[in-house]
Amino acid sequence: MSNGSATTGPDQITGATPDNAMRNADRADSGPMLAADGTTLKSSLNRALRRQKLRALMLIAPLLIFVLLTFIAPIADMLFRSVENQIVSDTLPRTVAALKDWDADGETLPEPATFKALYTDIFIAQERKLHTRLGSRLNYELTGVSSLFRKSGRKVEDMGEVYQDQFEDLNGYWKKGENWNALLGTPAWLEAQNAWEEDSGAAQPAFEPRPEIAAVLPQTTATFEIFADFVQNEDKDNLAKKDPWALVYSALYDDLTAGADVAAYAGPGATELQEAAAAVSGFETVDFPTAFEDIDEDWQSLDVWQTLKVYSPNFTSGYFLNSIDMQKTVDGPALRPENQRFYVMLFMRTLFMSLVITGSCILLGYPVGYILANLPAKTANLLMILVLLPFWTSLLVRTSAWKVMLQQQGVINDTLVWLGIVADDSRLALINNQTGTIIAMTHILLPFMILPLYSVMKTIPPSYVRAAKSLGATNWTAFWRVYFPQSVPGIGAGSILVFILSIGYYITPEIVGGRTGVFISNQIAYHISSSLNWGLAAALGAILLAVVLGLYWTYDKIVGIDNVKLGG
Amino acid sequence: MTTSSNGTAFVEFDRVQKSYDGETLVVKDLNLSLPQGEFLTMLGPSGSGKTTCLMMLAGFETATHGDIRLDGKSINNIPPHKRGIGMVFQNYALFPHMTVAENLSFPLEVRGMSKSDREAKVKRALDMVQMGDFGGRRPAQLSGGQQQRIALSRALVFEPELVLMDEPLGALDKQLRETLQFEITNLAHELGITTVYVTHDQTEALTMSDRVAVFDDGRIQQLAPPDKLYEEPENSFVAQFIGENNTLLGTVKEIKDGIALVELDGGEVIDAKPINVSQPGERTRVSIRPERVEYNKDRLSPDAHTLKAEVLEFIYMGDIFRTRLRVAGKDDFVVKTRNAPDQRRLKPGETIEIGWLAQDCRALDA
Ligand SMILES: Nc1ncnc2c1ncn2[C@@H]1O[C@H](COP(=O)(O)OP(=O)(O)OP(=O)(O)O)[C@@H](O)[C@H]1O
Ligand SMILES: [Mg+2]
Repeated sequence: MSNGSATTGPDQITGATPDNAMRNADRADSGPMLAADGTTLKSSLNRALRRQKLRALMLIAPLLIFVLLTFIAPIADMLFRSVENQIVSDTLPRTVAALKDWDADGETLPEPATFKALYTDIFIAQERKLHTRLGSRLNYELTGVSSLFRKSGRKVEDMGEVYQDQFEDLNGYWKKGENWNALLGTPAWLEAQNAWEEDSGAAQPAFEPRPEIAAVLPQTTATFEIFADFVQNEDKDNLAKKDPWALVYSALYDDLTAGADVAAYAGPGATELQEAAAAVSGFETVDFPTAFEDIDEDWQSLDVWQTLKVYSPNFTSGYFLNSIDMQKTVDGPALRPENQRFYVMLFMRTLFMSLVITGSCILLGYPVGYILANLPAKTANLLMILVLLPFWTSLLVRTSAWKVMLQQQGVINDTLVWLGIVADDSRLALINNQTGTIIAMTHILLPFMILPLYSVMKTIPPSYVRAAKSLGATNWTAFWRVYFPQSVPGIGAGSILVFILSIGYYITPEIVGGRTGVFISNQIAYHISSSLNWGLAAALGAILLAVVLGLYWTYDKIVGIDNVKLGG
Repeated sequence: MTTSSNGTAFVEFDRVQKSYDGETLVVKDLNLSLPQGEFLTMLGPSGSGKTTCLMMLAGFETATHGDIRLDGKSINNIPPHKRGIGMVFQNYALFPHMTVAENLSFPLEVRGMSKSDREAKVKRALDMVQMGDFGGRRPAQLSGGQQQRIALSRALVFEPELVLMDEPLGALDKQLRETLQFEITNLAHELGITTVYVTHDQTEALTMSDRVAVFDDGRIQQLAPPDKLYEEPENSFVAQFIGENNTLLGTVKEIKDGIALVELDGGEVIDAKPINVSQPGERTRVSIRPERVEYNKDRLSPDAHTLKAEVLEFIYMGDIFRTRLRVAGKDDFVVKTRNAPDQRRLKPGETIEIGWLAQDCRALDA
């Protein structure tokens, strides 16, 4: 083609050769080559290639979809969870908005208006039973918040009832749900709602606020809308038969004290409304900060409010900071107190022990691979079965067997004592510590080292070492300068396999690791299944993933990833 | 150069036997002595034990019986890396993870040579095989012929006294083979190196060597300079293995004055030189080279026995004519004649008389 000679052509003859003539012809007309049907050669080639690619894509599509769904999607979800923090702003939207202007560094508590917003938020949240979830979430950051929220959820209803009671005492009209419906809903909706039968299977007609009243009582209408939506869509109850939340009464009180123009209103319940408007000024009021303090003194603590503010954004780096023994404070990230640091040490331990395991796998596996590769095929196959045997035994059985072997009263200690190497009263602690994890994991991961080593060594012809010896190299030099470099790809492949497997290993450290021999994966598992702090688990997992990718990248830079051979 | 310059053998195989499995002998009773500076070729069909002999000499296999001596010392007492034997392997065995220059400097490095000396020697060795510009390349980036040259210069760079080459040209095309054959012999002679060369290409063996050892069945069938090997094969295996050859089966009638009368199975009688036959009544296979057959009566001695032959095919090959005849009931008898102006061109169907000098027709074992 017209760009043919740049990379390939060994012949640099510039005279008139047939090749050069063709090249010159190509250059001369300078337009693109045309295919038989007149389209450019390039586009018809592309078309042919596209069809091939499409067919290839269709062949791998099932696997691709499978991998996307079962591998990529969970990883993406994990990465998302590690920063996701919408629960705070979803559950306490008004409080979060109110806290925006609060100076968290100062010494003062937020405004009473913020407390009022908190009241509204918690009231709605406890109706929806969301406040405990938020409590557990924030408890990860500040202990005690969980019980604070649970307690507040229980008692917040009482706060609103102060107004509810006063309205109801003023006029029985306010007691009844149907009156509220008539006051706030459109007549058309009201008719439909009253005609609706619960058992009919038809959808409940959604509440429609009446514009005239919404203009007069905006907060009441909005709160009632939330209530109606909750009853109709979440509780699946008949709105016609429900009395409103205490929160609606507070909203009504707020509207009326804010100077709602009730005189201009003439619809249903106008007289009762006017009566109430006249009466509110004499109502007993609720002081929200004090009311919250009565629920729990913690609401007077700056810590709680700071935590709320720090974790109010939709996305947070908090989980990641926690994963590296830091925490989010109002002044930005800060190290945790010494006695609470834990994860960095665990990461280091995981990396270190994985390295030790990889190293011992190389040390033990290399000679085995070498012998296997240099034995006659028949013997090698037999030995290979022995290498693979562990694969056919359950992981749990193998690990438990190590437990039996390594205990203080186990086979190994017994033998050592019997041989007189170890005194009976100072038996070695081989299990429930790092030694146990390293021994058991080296054994379990050894085949992953031997197999790539073997398949690479199998392809190194014996003539190289012979050549080296004939050239004057001693056995050692021949091995080290000629054989070993050619087996490095096998070591690389085996090491990557073993290291990456061990860095995320869970079962074996869990069983034989005790307290000092566990890995970061055990902590991840703990957060997923016991503490339910999935965000932290996700952040730890994401860091692990990043570490592995980083190491992989370093390996590629130093050794070169094309230097990794699993066989052939 | 059939005799050693100083009288003693440089390399010596003394009644060497080798068995890999304890059941069959791959090498049976091998006796061979090589003077310094000789170019010896081991020639033989596949599986005849050539590589095995080389490996024993290089020290990678041990002889089951017998002794191999290098410069008077038994080789079993010298570890491979101390033998100072350069070796070119059947598949070159250039270290793939080193560049060409590193490959060449490897034997010098393990001998503890200084860096500057090494560089100078490597450069010289590369220039010797006209590969001076290729020092920085990896073996995988070289063509087969180039790899071959590098393998050769690597085997020579540390100036060994003995070089072993195992079918080094086996994978190359004819043209390149011929060039490299020439280069190898030249180098070997220039540097005065003793060379043991293995091949199963007889042309290669004949053109390159001082002496050729023809192997078959784990034994040396004949050890002789190329011309002797071709013209005076000592048994019918060698006769058939080297070059083109006509054979006729018969029985010795009588031996007189160094000439044997052989009665062929068809009843015809011919003259032959007795090689492996000693008394009348023995079965024999007579062998005659196609170019030694004569059908021009004038050139034969008057009392020579002749045979009737029918021309089956005449092939014009440029420099020679190749004629296939039916002789004594066999129709694969070939005659080659030089394309000369006075040469008669035979026509298929023609019947002629053929004969030869008695010493060109060898009565070998049956
Ligand atoms: N390592 C070995 N183990 C067992 N038998 C072997 C071994 N190496 C060679 N042999 C056998 O010894 C015999 C001689 O082999 P050798 O390699 O010496 O033949 P060769 O003459 O070099 O043949 P070729 O021209 O094909 O290279 C063969 O029958 C072969 O099968
Ligand atoms: Mg061979």
